Amino acid sequence: MSTLLTVKDLRVQFPTRTGVVDAVRGVSFTLGRERLGIVGESGSGKSQTGRAIMGLTPPHAKITAETLNFDGKDLLQISAAERRSLRGNRIAMILQDPKYSLNPVMSIGRQIVETLRTHEKVSKAEARKRAIDMLAAVQIRDPERVYDLHPHEVSGGMGQRAMIAMMLITGPELLIADEPTSALDVTVQLDVLRILDNLVRDRGMGLIFISHDLRLVSSFCDRVIVMYAGHIVEEIAAKDLHNAKHPYTQGLLNCMPKIGANKHPLPVLDRKPEWAA
Amino acid sequence: MKTSEPKALVVDKLEVTFDRFRALRGVSLDVMPGESFGLVGESGSGKSTLLRAIAGLAPTTGGSITVNGKLLGRNRTKAFYREVQMVFQDPYGSLHPRQTVDRLLLEPLAVHGFPDIEKRILRALDEVGLGSSFRFRYSHQLSGGQRQRVAIARALILEPSILLLDEPTSALDASVQAEVLNLLEQIRRDRKLTFLMVSHDLAVVTHMCDRLMVMQNGAEVERLSAADLARHKVTQDYTRNLLVASEGFVRPDVPAA
Repeated sequence: MSTLLTVKDLRVQFPTRTGVVDAVRGVSFTLGRERLGIVGESGSGKSQTGRAIMGLTPPHAKITAETLNFDGKDLLQISAAERRSLRGNRIAMILQDPKYSLNPVMSIGRQIVETLRTHEKVSKAEARKRAIDMLAAVQIRDPERVYDLHPHEVSGGMGQRAMIAMMLITGPELLIADEPTSALDVTVQLDVLRILDNLVRDRGMGLIFISHDLRLVSSFCDRVIVMYAGHIVEEIAAKDLHNAKHPYTQGLLNCMPKIGANKHPLPVLDRKPEWAA
Repeated sequence: MKTSEPKALVVDKLEVTFDRFRALRGVSLDVMPGESFGLVGESGSGKSTLLRAIAGLAPTTGGSITVNGKLLGRNRTKAFYREVQMVFQDPYGSLHPRQTVDRLLLEPLAVHGFPDIEKRILRALDEVGLGSSFRFRYSHQLSGGQRQRVAIARALILEPSILLLDEPTSALDASVQAEVLNLLEQIRRDRKLTFLMVSHDLAVVTHMCDRLMVMQNGAEVERLSAADLARHKVTQDYTRNLLVASEGFVRPDVPAA
């Protein structure tokens, strides 16, 4: 398996009035053309890891890494222009809530075309055709109609599909999905995951799936990284998750109510200071 | 004492219409005192609207609501709000950003003219597992779980008998969710409260509730007990789909790449 992304000792720091906040503290992993899950609670640094790879960290933050290598390119050394040409083209990111991440005053079709024409020289007619094909590929039933709709006119599930279409139209090699289904209903969640799964398999993409839902991630990904307080506490194959060794991973698994299991009260996490060390 | 206890909450063929959209289409349910009843469904199914209609926050156009044997009219009385309190989904949006926890807890007491304000505030904080050190903080100084505890304290401070819970944990991390669910269960046991709880998460509802109702498009799909649900004894396809969906992603059989 060829390595697509190498991350070694990634650190993200935010200077604040009360001192430096270490959001990500020495994260290392490699990604091939596979599905990698990153799980953790809010504040564990999982989203900041994704954003640092994408190059979306706020400018006042400080990013350091021994290696942050995407397909032979050192992401921290290349120019801003080169980074821009990668972003949205070879590396794409799906955000949590389509309500906030789509442009509300632009039709869905135009937003997709804009992405495509930023990165490829195609005629307007062809761009439109490819956008509609892409909307069909994410299983939107009437793509011609949805093309002209604005984000507020579609449901959350539909909006998220449009977002996926927009991200995949340039054929990225690496897709970072930051809580792509957390804002959706359970039934719609599975539809979106199925679409993602097919696209990742058919196109041979690398996928980083960031989520707080350990069970969902383990059913979807090949490998799972568990983060706590900005660093990795455990890396485990998804199928071995029930044998997780770290007490934090076990705690995350056990604290969720389960249909049919009768655990009253639910076990809660007993956070140990040494986990953060 | 009467042999048949009056029901804590009876909703009969309730209709809610926003402009011309029928958000609730004749929904009925009854909840016994001390029972915990769950409402499940996807967004837009009307589960939150039902809760808001009971609290008097949605325009009802038909049907009736009876609380502890008293039929509710168009306007809610002050006494009603002492009996019924609501906890909202988003702890970031439901607390006043410019008021300290103390002010937040004081307001309902002042409105209803309670004596012993000082003691009640301290007891309410203690009950939800926040020490008195939290009393003079603002909500932005609290984590999501702590905020939801404050919201629960604010609802409990009036000593209601019925608590309406609208997705009380869906904005929280799984580990914090467990803490808040445990807290809610303990309070219900200690105070013999009646819960009406809305959630999109079947696992949460079956954990917390004895009976539940599945809703879709503003109407009831199915009413069943949590035990039946756990044994997959469901009659409607819609409920079955929800059950399958709550078990996580299942990859269709794929030939090895």
